[in-house]
Amino acid sequence: MTTQPISTDPDSASASQEQVDGEIAAIAEDYRASGVEETQPRLDYPPYRSSLLRHPTKSLHHADPETIELWAPCFGHRDVHPLEADLTIQHGGEPLGERMKLVGRIVDGDGRPVRNQLVEIWQANAGGRYVHKRDQHPAPIDPNFTGVGRCLTDDDGNYAFTTIKPGPYPWKNHRNAWRPAHIHFSLFGTDFTQRMITQMYFPGDPLFALDPIFQSITDPKARERLVAQYDHSVTTHEWATGYRWDIVLTGSHRTPLETETDED
Amino acid sequence: MADLIATPGQTIGPFYGYALPYEGDNELVPPGRADAIRLHGQVLDGAGAPVPDALLELWQVDADGNVVQQPGSLKRDGWTFTGWGRTSTDDAGHYTFSTLRPGATAPGKAPFFLVTVFGRGVLNRLFTRAYLPEDADALAADPLLTSLPAERRDSCIAAADAHGYRFDIRLQGEAETVFLTYPRH
Repeated sequence: MTTQPISTDPDSASASQEQVDGEIAAIAEDYRASGVEETQPRLDYPPYRSSLLRHPTKSLHHADPETIELWAPCFGHRDVHPLEADLTIQHGGEPLGERMKLVGRIVDGDGRPVRNQLVEIWQANAGGRYVHKRDQHPAPIDPNFTGVGRCLTDDDGNYAFTTIKPGPYPWKNHRNAWRPAHIHFSLFGTDFTQRMITQMYFPGDPLFALDPIFQSITDPKARERLVAQYDHSVTTHEWATGYRWDIVLTGSHRTPLETETDED
Repeated sequence: MADLIATPGQTIGPFYGYALPYEGDNELVPPGRADAIRLHGQVLDGAGAPVPDALLELWQVDADGNVVQQPGSLKRDGWTFTGWGRTSTDDAGHYTFSTLRPGATAPGKAPFFLVTVFGRGVLNRLFTRAYLPEDADALAADPLLTSLPAERRDSCIAAADAHGYRFDIRLQGEAETVFLTYPRH
């Protein structure tokens, strides 16, 4: 472990990968020794430098959900066009890279499908570049790929996107830091307490062990829940590879009866 | 029924800016309408510096205290109040919503806005409530506020100003905002 003070500048890139690996390993060792299972990322995770000044230091306060917290906003076909689920047809030509279908099912903590609810995704292109002014690393922008999609889940909680497999990309958390390839997901449930934003990863990524954002989830089983599976039944002949990623939101606080009355 | 273990959250990262914001995202009602109010404030880090890359979401009842279940948040028509909106902080860490004053959900209940905070460096979403300051009796009886140490209560109460309310969010430090966790989280 380094004895140097940790810079709070998230873009300082002052530490080496070895230093960050050491910090990650020390936290992992403490977690194993604790014997207490964690299922969500830590908010306070110093290897991810941007979190140093942005994590609450006091524990989250327990609240009993009431009124607005027991409901989620309603989205419909007025909000989302079906073509928004295909990220490969938003421009004049075909984007470069590995075309892929990404499917999955969203359920709540009781296993009930999250129906007709909004799913938003965003991602880098095949070269690992985002269409965002803050991303200035010298990889090509693809004029045929923005990397933003939306859909509504169906009556059984399923979502489906067509996109391009994103590339890994460098960032400035530390010297020579690279993010594993990922797709950002924004998810709503039936209760606003289930609101979640997360990142989906690809199986076998060699950058997993080196990435402080992925490793901020200290439990290896919990990290696995963010990794999609290659699914050949989703792969289509002469067209696209297929991946499946199922999502579980936290438990709802409404009874099934109340959920039923929610339907039109 | 056994609880399934929830999928972990992750930070929104720095690059959501071309993906999640949309036209009219922070205008739950058009600004300037007779009953429109402004909810605004700053998001600050542990050093007191503004956070210029946070995304906030607002979810609230309508002026009569009713939960709204109307689509149209992503394609606003200017007439339908959906109760939900989102906005990014600007370069000074400031955010603004144009919305309605939420009503009491029952007589004597303290009205509040539910605010969710996402940001680079914030590894999982943070929930908080911004209570309206006017009804002192309702605030004094509120189960959440009364469960907080006295010195932390004010961090959940918005301040009235000329056009509505100001609600600053401090992610860390002395006057850190109270962030919430719910059963089954």
